[in-house]
Amino acid sequence: MSTRLFAATRKGLFQIERGKSRWTVKKVHFLGDNATMVLPDPRDGTVYVALGHGHFGVKLHRLRQGARKWEEITTPALPPRPDGTAPRMDEMGRTIPDSVQLIWALEPADPARPGSLWCGTIPGGLFRSDDAGMTWQLNTALWDHPKRLEWVGGGADYPGIHSVSVDPRDPRRVAVGVSTGGVWATSDGGATWKISSHGLRADYMPPEQARDPHFQDVHRLVQCPGQPAEWWIQHHNGIFRSIDDAVSWRELEVTPSSFGFAVVVHPRQGGTAWFVPGTSDQRRIPVDGHVIVNRTRDGGKTFEALTKGLPQRQAYDITYRHGLDIDATGDRLAFGTTTGSLWVSENQGDSWHTVSEHLPPVYCVRFVGAGS
Amino acid sequence: MPTVAFTETIQRHVACPPTEVPGGTVREVLDAVFTGNPRARGYVLDEQGELRKHMAIFLDGRMILDRAGLSDAVQPESKLYVMQALSGG
Repeated sequence: MSTRLFAATRKGLFQIERGKSRWTVKKVHFLGDNATMVLPDPRDGTVYVALGHGHFGVKLHRLRQGARKWEEITTPALPPRPDGTAPRMDEMGRTIPDSVQLIWALEPADPARPGSLWCGTIPGGLFRSDDAGMTWQLNTALWDHPKRLEWVGGGADYPGIHSVSVDPRDPRRVAVGVSTGGVWATSDGGATWKISSHGLRADYMPPEQARDPHFQDVHRLVQCPGQPAEWWIQHHNGIFRSIDDAVSWRELEVTPSSFGFAVVVHPRQGGTAWFVPGTSDQRRIPVDGHVIVNRTRDGGKTFEALTKGLPQRQAYDITYRHGLDIDATGDRLAFGTTTGSLWVSENQGDSWHTVSEHLPPVYCVRFVGAGS
Repeated sequence: MPTVAFTETIQRHVACPPTEVPGGTVREVLDAVFTGNPRARGYVLDEQGELRKHMAIFLDGRMILDRAGLSDAVQPESKLYVMQALSGG
């Protein structure tokens, strides 16, 4: 069972550990800086953190296992614009930046090769490193795909890749979630890509385009490590499940709400998943001021609102897409919110322990040694 | 030679002492600085070589005009200040 987690927040990277009975903040790294993503790498113990400096741009740092000092590593970079060409404009007439604005996904690329990483960014670049972040290569097959130019901003002004799922059966099989641009999958390590979001539905599009797989605002995409044909999506429009390797998706009826950003799946039981709902896309607050975690154990036929230990009146916490994590045992979960609360459960969400209600806004929570 | 000074706030991330370097444009001056301090480049310029959105460069008391091309002319006695803009914090 994992006894340590990291929370990447607007004002630093918080290291939180379990004592005899309580989880507490043990250390803060980069205090005051905007930590947008963290990866405690289970393969070699390296911790990677992405910082988004308001003035100085996006940076990546790593802490090797046993080391005392962080070292700055290379930030993925978009290719130079051809000489004499103007920056591309989006559908709103805004200039699309051709520099990395945000590191939105960071994942081990190959379990057998420590130091191999995938990185997703805004705007929608997918990068690969094979030397623990010292150098990065843009995946040009996806970047140059004509349909990539149709991706649009969802949660941010510009489109981005927030989820990268590496298939436990074969690391050449990778799927990425795009907000907005659907699910894209490769089976050859990224040489070729295919859209893989058939069955998703986008109410915010005209009716004729609502089921177009390219226009889907996937908020978060996860794959069950132990039953890798089983997948979940928390989508702008609702919750979807696939049991056929993400070939097709089915929408689920969910109470009290199917809106949200985050989802995690049990590491061995593909039908068991957790969500942290908001009211709707128009009202991004908990339903009736109750913070709940929604759990299904039957593949989405029924959902159970978990509330024990969570605030049930006048609570306005929203959990972003990377704010919820589960450890490798499937028993421990943690989530952090926009209003600086962080809760841990050691019994699959049946009850929750408050770590803090006063952290900076939380962007990403990840267990050490045993993330989802 | 032109002199270049950097905002105090950048020093926490990467040391950028005041320096004298040759150059007839802002681009040439900054290239000369970053040749000796390569890590600082990415803190001031983006990967297209343009001034980061929330950074500002004052050249002899005036903000530079060409943030993308960095073509503003620099005199031998010019003073450049690389600052953070108030936006973007």
